[in-house]
Amino acid sequence: MKHEIFEKNVIILSIGILITVAIGGLVQLVPLFTMEQTIEKVDGVRPYSPLELAGRDIYVREGCYLCHSQQIRPFRDEVERYGHYSLAAESMYDHPFQWGSKRTGPDLARVGGKYSNDWHVAHLVNPQSVVPESVMPQYPFLAQKDLKFDKIAGHLKTLRVVGTPYSDEQIENAVADVKAQAMGEAGEGDTEALLARYPKAKIGDFDGNPGRVTEMDALVAYLQLLGTLVDFTTFKPELAHR
Amino acid sequence: MAQVDRDALTGTDTTGHEWDGIKELNTPLPKWWLYTFYACILWAFGYFIAMPAWPSLSNYTKGMLGYSSRANLESEMQAVQASRAPWADRIAEASVEDVAKDPELLQYAMAGGKVIFADNCQPCHGSAGAGAPSYPVLADDDWIWGGTLPAIYQTVKYGIRSTSDETRISDMPAYGRDELLEPAQIQAVADYVMSLSGQGTASDAGKAVFDENCAACHGEDGKGLKDTGGPNLTDGIWLYKPGRDGVVAQVTNPRHGVMPTWEGRLDDVSIKQVTVYVHALGGGQ
Repeated sequence: MKHEIFEKNVIILSIGILITVAIGGLVQLVPLFTMEQTIEKVDGVRPYSPLELAGRDIYVREGCYLCHSQQIRPFRDEVERYGHYSLAAESMYDHPFQWGSKRTGPDLARVGGKYSNDWHVAHLVNPQSVVPESVMPQYPFLAQKDLKFDKIAGHLKTLRVVGTPYSDEQIENAVADVKAQAMGEAGEGDTEALLARYPKAKIGDFDGNPGRVTEMDALVAYLQLLGTLVDFTTFKPELAHR
Repeated sequence: MAQVDRDALTGTDTTGHEWDGIKELNTPLPKWWLYTFYACILWAFGYFIAMPAWPSLSNYTKGMLGYSSRANLESEMQAVQASRAPWADRIAEASVEDVAKDPELLQYAMAGGKVIFADNCQPCHGSAGAGAPSYPVLADDDWIWGGTLPAIYQTVKYGIRSTSDETRISDMPAYGRDELLEPAQIQAVADYVMSLSGQGTASDAGKAVFDENCAACHGEDGKGLKDTGGPNLTDGIWLYKPGRDGVVAQVTNPRHGVMPTWEGRLDDVSIKQVTVYVHALGGGQ
């Protein structure tokens, strides 16, 4: 073969390398040009509220994605068990997405609203107390640890840099919104303003401990939101064929 | 081609490259592997044409076969619905009571209801409705909101203290936390409540507190009122912590369990199926 030409001529070799790397780069980049087509146009999806975002961070920190996927694939067995198949639009504000590829536990893409807050708390503290055959580890410390959210506004700002459309108002009120959502009626937060900023947010004392905002509050708020945002009454499946 | 230099030690041809006396052996790939590889490349070109493959600047090539996993799912689900239609259509039209009366529909509803129950209800209510602490047993005769078919149907559909506008709701006052009763009164009424199930004796003071505060929802005899969701206190079955301590805790600072609404998550036929299944677990009235 004539690779001697490349091996003995540094200019030709450099050009060859450039072309090869460029092809690799294009393969990664070009699909992003079709983003407009990839993400379905749906009503209802919004950025996470600060409390949900904090809960999502705990979800990532504890490695929930290692056993739970968040993607219902378009197959009969999946949609009959979990509900409507997941849409790209539902994870467009996820950085990074939590689709996962491993299901030791069930898919969680539409777990929001499926169980009560009490159940989630009991299940996270000791999964075997409600599902005896479960192999899920226990997370009792979540109910003990206070949620750190004094810097949550910075988190929203950072996400805005990568494209999540948080408004100035949302960033300004981030800390107040955490308290309003986790304390519910018992707190003094403005839940109406919270709901205006984050429609469909679940408000309340999630962990049964009204005086404190714990990591359990945040995680359950996040879980109760999963898969509930898209308004499927205005969703046109024929436009979402992929 | 120039004469090929063969390595004496291994008997393999060399590539003719030589660095400081070190020669490179030429060991070509096996032919079967190479031709399989070429065949795969050819296959890929066919695949590019037949299936969705290449992104363009604003779209992607759809492929001649027009494959779409989501469209496939839709047609598969339509076929599934058509295969279920002979029973599902009749269940949709009928009331839950009529479903339970019709042997053919009953059999269909029980089979489907079992699967629906396992997917959705079992995490709280346990396998076959065996219950769990804080989650009612569905296989016994003790019903908070009623164990008739229509009552179960309503509970499943709209939930208890759920987000549905039609939800069943009962709200026991926090007699202790909100200081509606003196601690001594709570102790007395706890004695009375325990005596209702034949455990210990009660004072007249306890009965007086009960009649004034509790009877409206739990009934004058303490046997519960299905309309208000006041549980039966005479059967020795406790939803939360059992025993006298549990009664004191519930009167002081009551727990209120939540059952989600299944309207929207399950279709009406599925709700009827699981209602019939729950009714048949052992406690249906």
